[in-house]
Amino acid sequence: MFYSQKHMLQIEGLHPPEIGHLLDLAESYVLLNRSGKAQRDLLRGRTLINLFFEDSTRTRTSFELAGKRLGADVINMSVSTSSVNKGETLLDTAWTLNAMHCDLLVVRHAQSGAPALLAQKVDAAVINAGDGTHEHPTQALLDALTIRRRKGRVEGLAVAICGDVLHSRVARSNIHLLTTLGCDVRLVGPPTLMPAEAERLGVRVFHDMKPGLEGADIVMMLRLQKERMAGGLVPSAREYFRFWGLDAEKLAYAKPDALVMHPGPMNRGVEIDSEVADDPARSLIKEQVEMGVAVRMAVLDTLSRRQARNEP
Amino acid sequence: MSPDARSTPDTLFAGVRLLSEGVDLVGDLLVRDGRILDFGPNLGRPDEAIVVEEDGAVLCPGLVDLRANLGEPGFEYRETIASAAQAAAAGGVTTLVALPDTKPAIDDPALVYLLRSRGEATGSLTILPYGAVTRGCRGEELAELGLLREAGAVAFSDGARAIGSPRLMRLALSYARGFGARIVQHPEDPSLAEGGAATESDLATRQGLPGIPAAAEAILVARDIRLAELTGGAVHFAHVSTGDALELIRRAKESGLSVTCDTAPPYFDLNETAIGDFRTYAKLSPPLRKEADRLAVAAALADGTIDAIASDHQPRDADDKRLPFAQAAAGGVGLATLLGVTLAQVHNGSLSLPAAIALLTARPAALLGLETGRLAKGTPADLCLFHPERIWQVEAGKLPGKAQNTPFDGRALEGVVFGTWKAGRRVFG
Repeated sequence: MFYSQKHMLQIEGLHPPEIGHLLDLAESYVLLNRSGKAQRDLLRGRTLINLFFEDSTRTRTSFELAGKRLGADVINMSVSTSSVNKGETLLDTAWTLNAMHCDLLVVRHAQSGAPALLAQKVDAAVINAGDGTHEHPTQALLDALTIRRRKGRVEGLAVAICGDVLHSRVARSNIHLLTTLGCDVRLVGPPTLMPAEAERLGVRVFHDMKPGLEGADIVMMLRLQKERMAGGLVPSAREYFRFWGLDAEKLAYAKPDALVMHPGPMNRGVEIDSEVADDPARSLIKEQVEMGVAVRMAVLDTLSRRQARNEP
Repeated sequence: MSPDARSTPDTLFAGVRLLSEGVDLVGDLLVRDGRILDFGPNLGRPDEAIVVEEDGAVLCPGLVDLRANLGEPGFEYRETIASAAQAAAAGGVTTLVALPDTKPAIDDPALVYLLRSRGEATGSLTILPYGAVTRGCRGEELAELGLLREAGAVAFSDGARAIGSPRLMRLALSYARGFGARIVQHPEDPSLAEGGAATESDLATRQGLPGIPAAAEAILVARDIRLAELTGGAVHFAHVSTGDALELIRRAKESGLSVTCDTAPPYFDLNETAIGDFRTYAKLSPPLRKEADRLAVAAALADGTIDAIASDHQPRDADDKRLPFAQAAAGGVGLATLLGVTLAQVHNGSLSLPAAIALLTARPAALLGLETGRLAKGTPADLCLFHPERIWQVEAGKLPGKAQNTPFDGRALEGVVFGTWKAGRRVFG
């Protein structure tokens, strides 16, 4: 077995063979899903709980579909953030889940490290579906799978991650995964949206799209939350789009066959122009969604097999 | 091209002292088609050239003023761009950076274009706008620095309002760095300065005036130096007036940080005693300081710590100033007296003439990356011809331009501007 951990909490610390195993397995699920074959029974009799402390239709649905395709009993629990803002309450939740004999727990939480805390207290295998500004590991895996299928490889590619890196867990997971696989990773965005000492994560930092995108194979755009403008980090949407919004003119700084990605949901006209987002020749955005289900199936598969082996 | 085909005749400055960065010689300078064609010890005299000869006169680049308030838009009762251009030409100033705390504030690209084109329309003065750091210069949220920069804002400032919040200053320095632009700070801690009218001292105590401690300046300077270090941004401190702040700036420069500063003539020529019998024309922001601080400013000019002398022209009308001292508006006009008061530092032996001229031309121009401020072949002939020893007396009410609120009323100055040329055309004298 390549993947050695009980949980899937973060990309940081994974080794290239572990990532390769997950991508290979996900690849096989892509084919299976496309062939429309009947549900497998790998997870029959197992309980998967989607525990979402933050709203996310897209990621929750993707995990739900992945679980059902593998035959699991899937339960969605949405917990309003207001009632759960203390660590103590989070642990109360953990004990409840243990009593329910949950096998696989998918967690999204606004606080960095919340899934890790749950993982210490629950019997289930925990899958981080996004925690604060820390990580979103399955998003990075699905991005890598999308890239690999279109470019034939991930290793050695030049990838520009653009926009609000400071608040992005997607960016952090991608930085770890892509640098682990030997990519040339650049971060591009205004200095006010760049995390401190980002260079020490093994990337190069640019504030100007032109040098940042030069020679890039992949341009990965990040979502700009509206509250960043209210918080004064960016003066206005029009200024943001002028300097950091991806349009055809800025995409031309990258390689002629560079591909565009976005984790969604997009702010059209803020971080990305529709002309680019909807161009089937350049945009991988729809493909990313399809890969999401396959990658989550691969993660559930891997963790449940490990669980089965360890059971007495 | 034959002489007749040219729109304007040549101008030859003959037998004057040419003074600029790297140039100090007695000779001639020839202007053709608005540009400096040549200069040297002995140039031939083209036919039909206008010859300007002044015994003992100095020809230097037109002055570059880093900091002036124009009154327009919004305060036309104090000064208009046309009247400020008159005062500037009389003072030898051909390039001026306009403060953005107007009404409305210069926080929209359209207003940057407006000021630049209004400057061009004067025919005598290049106006380079500062963009507002925050919307409305209110100190709350960042203005569109990128779009303002593209429109031609040379740097960013909230004018006479200090950026008080350290978080906001950090964001501004960080964000502006992405566009290679400086943040120009009014270095005075707003909460310490609030309600103050004069520098805190025994004199203010005797007069019963609420004081602003000198430390209000050093505190903000120290904070912003650290923020410049944290962000990698570039900070410029305007009208520095205290020895403590200058010492901090001196050390920051030695450690290689992107920190620069200017001062204004009142801070090296006057001290708090100029307030005298509650003279509101001597009410400035920052306030006139103690003698020890004045000496420290003069010393920092001489040792190079200060990068530029700016007029800090702040037009006020009689109604702004005819009030009890603490209620009167702060600020003094400075365009017409900029050169003369600076030359006082030359005449008292504190500063060499070339160093003084550099502080008014090449150094402020270099700070903003401008091509002007030097005598160089092929560059636009923005020139100032002055007699360094001739005497005149400053008299409020008789200054060029509309605003008359000079803190130097009655001061005798050595240094008379004979003429000012903008792109080869004589605009004064």
